[in-house]
Amino acid sequence: MGIEGIGARALRKEDKRFITGKGHYTDDHKVAGMHHAAFVRSPHAHAKINGIDKSAAEDMSGVVAVLDGKQLTGDGIGNIICGWMVHSKDGSPMNMGAWSALATEYVRYVGDAAAVVIAESYEEAKAAAEAVVVDYEVLDAVVDAVEALKEGAPQLHPEAAGNLIYDWEIGDEAATDAAFDGAANVVEIDITNNRLVPNPMEPRSAVAEYDDAEDHFTLHTTSQNPHVARLVLSAFYQVAPENKLRVIAPDVGGGFGAKIYIYPEEIVCLWAAKRAGVAAIKWTADRSEAFMTDAHGRDHVTKAKMAFDADNKITGFKVETIANLGAYMSLFSSSVPTYLYATLLSGQYNIPNIHCNVKTVYTNTVPVDAYRGAGRPEATYLVERLMTTAARQLDVDPAELRRTNFVQEFPHQTPVIMAYDAGDFDATLDAAMEAADYKGFAARKAESENNGKLRGIGMSCYIEACGIAPSAAVGSLGAGVGLWESAEVRVNPVGTIEILTGSHSHGQGHETTFAQVVSDRFGLPAENVQIVHGDTDKVQFGMGTYGSRSGAVGISAIVKALDKVEAKAKKIAAHLLEASEGDIEIKDGEVLVKGTDKKLGWHEVCLGAYTAHNLPEGMEPGLKEGAFYDPTNFTFPAGCYICEVEVDPDTGVSTIQQFVAADDFGKIINPMIVEGQVHGGLAQGIGQALMEHAVYDDAGQLLSASYMDYQMPRADDLPDFVVSHHETLCPGNPLGIKGCGEAGAIGSPPAVINAITDAIGHNNLAMPASPHNVWKAIHSA
Amino acid sequence: MAKVEMTINGRSVSGVVEDRMLLVDFLREERNLTGTHIGCDTSQCGSCVVHVDGKAVKSCTMLAAQAAGSEITTIEGLASDGELHPMQAAFRDNHGLQCGFCTPGMIMTAVDIVNREGADVDEQTIREQLEGNICRCTGYHNIVKSIAAGAKEMGSGMKEAAE
Amino acid sequence: MYETSYHRADSVADAASKIGDEGKYLAGGMTLLPTMKQRLAAPDTLVDLTHIGDLKGVSVNGKEVRIGAMTTHAEVNGDAALQSACPSLAKLAGGIGDPAVRHRGTIGGSIANHDPAADYPAAMLALNATIHTDSREISADDFFSGMFETALNEGEIVTAISFTAPDKGAYEKFRNPASRYAMAGVFVADHGGDVRVGVSGAYSNGASRNSEMETALSGNLSADALDGVAVDAGDMLSDIHGSSDYRAHLVKVMAKRAVAAM
Repeated sequence: MGIEGIGARALRKEDKRFITGKGHYTDDHKVAGMHHAAFVRSPHAHAKINGIDKSAAEDMSGVVAVLDGKQLTGDGIGNIICGWMVHSKDGSPMNMGAWSALATEYVRYVGDAAAVVIAESYEEAKAAAEAVVVDYEVLDAVVDAVEALKEGAPQLHPEAAGNLIYDWEIGDEAATDAAFDGAANVVEIDITNNRLVPNPMEPRSAVAEYDDAEDHFTLHTTSQNPHVARLVLSAFYQVAPENKLRVIAPDVGGGFGAKIYIYPEEIVCLWAAKRAGVAAIKWTADRSEAFMTDAHGRDHVTKAKMAFDADNKITGFKVETIANLGAYMSLFSSSVPTYLYATLLSGQYNIPNIHCNVKTVYTNTVPVDAYRGAGRPEATYLVERLMTTAARQLDVDPAELRRTNFVQEFPHQTPVIMAYDAGDFDATLDAAMEAADYKGFAARKAESENNGKLRGIGMSCYIEACGIAPSAAVGSLGAGVGLWESAEVRVNPVGTIEILTGSHSHGQGHETTFAQVVSDRFGLPAENVQIVHGDTDKVQFGMGTYGSRSGAVGISAIVKALDKVEAKAKKIAAHLLEASEGDIEIKDGEVLVKGTDKKLGWHEVCLGAYTAHNLPEGMEPGLKEGAFYDPTNFTFPAGCYICEVEVDPDTGVSTIQQFVAADDFGKIINPMIVEGQVHGGLAQGIGQALMEHAVYDDAGQLLSASYMDYQMPRADDLPDFVVSHHETLCPGNPLGIKGCGEAGAIGSPPAVINAITDAIGHNNLAMPASPHNVWKAIHSA
Repeated sequence: MAKVEMTINGRSVSGVVEDRMLLVDFLREERNLTGTHIGCDTSQCGSCVVHVDGKAVKSCTMLAAQAAGSEITTIEGLASDGELHPMQAAFRDNHGLQCGFCTPGMIMTAVDIVNREGADVDEQTIREQLEGNICRCTGYHNIVKSIAAGAKEMGSGMKEAAE
Repeated sequence: MYETSYHRADSVADAASKIGDEGKYLAGGMTLLPTMKQRLAAPDTLVDLTHIGDLKGVSVNGKEVRIGAMTTHAEVNGDAALQSACPSLAKLAGGIGDPAVRHRGTIGGSIANHDPAADYPAAMLALNATIHTDSREISADDFFSGMFETALNEGEIVTAISFTAPDKGAYEKFRNPASRYAMAGVFVADHGGDVRVGVSGAYSNGASRNSEMETALSGNLSADALDGVAVDAGDMLSDIHGSSDYRAHLVKVMAKRAVAAM
């Protein structure tokens, strides 16, 4: 490993521990005196708790405590919050129902925890949990958001009449309606965005330790944002003051959004450790619990229409969406179908008038929150399905209709808050069409027909808002937190460097890419740079990793701190070399006076900073700088995806023949890692389009509650991906980074469905396009 | 309780465990070999794959008592003398992992695939043979490349050994 | 998992003596252990049959095939003599589950469990196989009596299966997209013009023969011969992966593909 700077396909520093089995995940963490928690979960989607008989369980072997919601709230543990206030269009605040980490009076989804057993062993805890007798009075349940809004539907929360959480709007309704009045053509669509289960391969886990001598807690947890977890656990749930609570998110096996939130289990394990007087409690979800309790994603129902003038230019776009938020409002749930969804409805297009109305609804299902893409896949699916539908209806090529409406000049202010700062949508469309041999499709289709197969091609031109997010802007929209990031650069006396970051890596390869940024700056070998993250005792504060923000926000904070380190190092070097500060240059691990042969080794300057024998007048010793970076705008990754499928009309099976991705992520630090992010995102997007679906029956039982019934994409479901990159720099941050983590999941579903509907010759197909659904669609034509 | 003796990564070990203890729990909890992971309850994800008497097996679907008398290889036992196994190196060199959670099971399955299908195993066969291993991060693209590359490397190692 | 006790049997007699009233025989454990992990089964005793040498191995004598109950799917798939005598069954074994499942799962365990979505039962019916137990021989037609139900008595042990290899055979299955078990698996075997069709995964009463298809194919072994056959959706399973209509349709499609592959 040598000097591997920005743009290098550097192999990952973190890999060795993972490929040798030495990764350290939360469930690998063991401490002396560790007990185990098992939750008593409701088998009913909606019920009143008339009583809990714990006596049999309490007498069982190994059991130290059986605790319930009344004890939890009695100890002052606060309700679980949603951290983003959204107001209805009438100005009223959202209707948030109470959510206790253990249910007190009602359970509202299958899996809602009514009690917890703490026992010496896992098996003892599980056995005792079965012996807790909860007297449930079963109530009617509703699982569908549209049904939940109807009069007479079962009511979930007294705070939310009619199950309505908010009735929100964005855009100018009158102007949009006027655009439709004067339209040459109007294209309408009704679509459903299917509900998904995130399914990181590592199930959620928590190990809560309590030191009674110090009255101090340590929580190891599967979190994408340990500092946010500590803040919320402390400020809102009153588990412990922040200075008495250390949160560690060690190696985390994938997140995809599902590990942003602070779940009941972490709260309960911390509280119960102290209350039951045990040194530590571990809880690890089994996969069934993950299906039953991890926040789900998507679940929108939308009616929309788009107005076109005689030149096929879009003049108006009107959208009505009903979003299912499940039984309780999860941490960022309110923002997903509003500010992360409707603000992207302009897509890559110049649309003068947009109006969107969103109603969010309580149902007797698992809470719904951000899942890879979060709102942006729903927006993209709507816009891009509609564009292809419009092209068919207007009888123009889908690529040409898009091109006719592309935003060409930047900055571009959309009618839905976002101001696009940079992009080249023609470039990614051209690149994707070239890579996909778009022109040669007709011949390939004819060949498929000869083999009795239906072939289709579909495209999707997506844009997303990443680099989440400018703190003041999100604050004005209701966010309860700022969305900056922090970094600290600690240069050691020997010149090696530790980077402390508030970003959290759960597969993204930060230990490599962040080190590359430092290596690039000073010309130091990447192995001399260590990345420290995921521990609130080590890193001062940070907002964590989600929303494709680690590059655009996290790295920007590092760059800002590096600027300060560089400035100080130059001052020291100028002093030692008796040169002007402006003439000092740091490169290849040396500190040089430009135009002379005077130089010092990087390590000599660093040592000089710490010996402090000869520093400039008044300078403090040491070489360590911190920075907080607050973005000035969102970033706007964009691109074009083209999917080609072959459908077997006898079985309904759709096989992806090729999938082409042409993306613009701005500056790329490590192309190898970025391509990996695209591959993974595409797999999740294709999974949504073809396979994945969280299905409830009318009684609220999750039917797709294991890998037996929830189809995870497997290796033979997916093709090799053709991925390319077309850079326009983001003007808003120091390196020009836009972000790449979610694009694949955002852009791909409409490309797949546009391809299948092209193959089968009509538009009436819902996701997932499972063999059964496609077969039905073919035979309903 | 059952007394179980087996060879794990070349070392004889024994333990007295509950009859119901799964092999994966024996490895993780009794032997502290936490590289073998648990990702599902239905024997589908493959995070727990180890080799039992040279064959890939899901250690979540086998009792420790069933494995008594067997030779077990886990991810921790794949490298020898500090040298990565060619399949481990191939996963690193081809970015065949992201979060790392499914990786030990993937690598153990990959070695088993090459043992059965040979060094020239093609990509379609690799994809089909990965039916029992689920990855949520990589989209499998680079896992397939890693296994193909690792297979070639294992093949040349076998040839060298034969010469 | 509930507590249980494990016994490794060294003979069929030893196994039978250990099973008791609430025990279960343990073969590969590919179904039983996950069921126990989910606390849906709680046998007090597990009697491991996989170390009984008499129950393992494939023997082929001309067209006569005998497979020991504890022969794994991988062993059935890889047996050279079987590949020659009845390639369709060897191929079927290579398509069960995934490689790790094939290393542990056994033909006897699969048959005794009679999961409606398992592959072997369709083959046993189409091959007109005999199921051998520690006390008797049972024809496949009599053995599979309903979903997860067989003709086995309490404590009875499947020791082997045997059959006369057909002239030709083929198995085609449509996999459940999530579980990858058969949603419609059709084994067609031609026994000198007498064609038998076994179906897994689709029928609500478990693996079944389809006599209409058999009649249509006996004397005219071509995919076209099935065109006029109606598969009754009323006999089919229905779930989130496929309606009974879809399954009925798939049975016919898979049957035609199997015939085409013969």
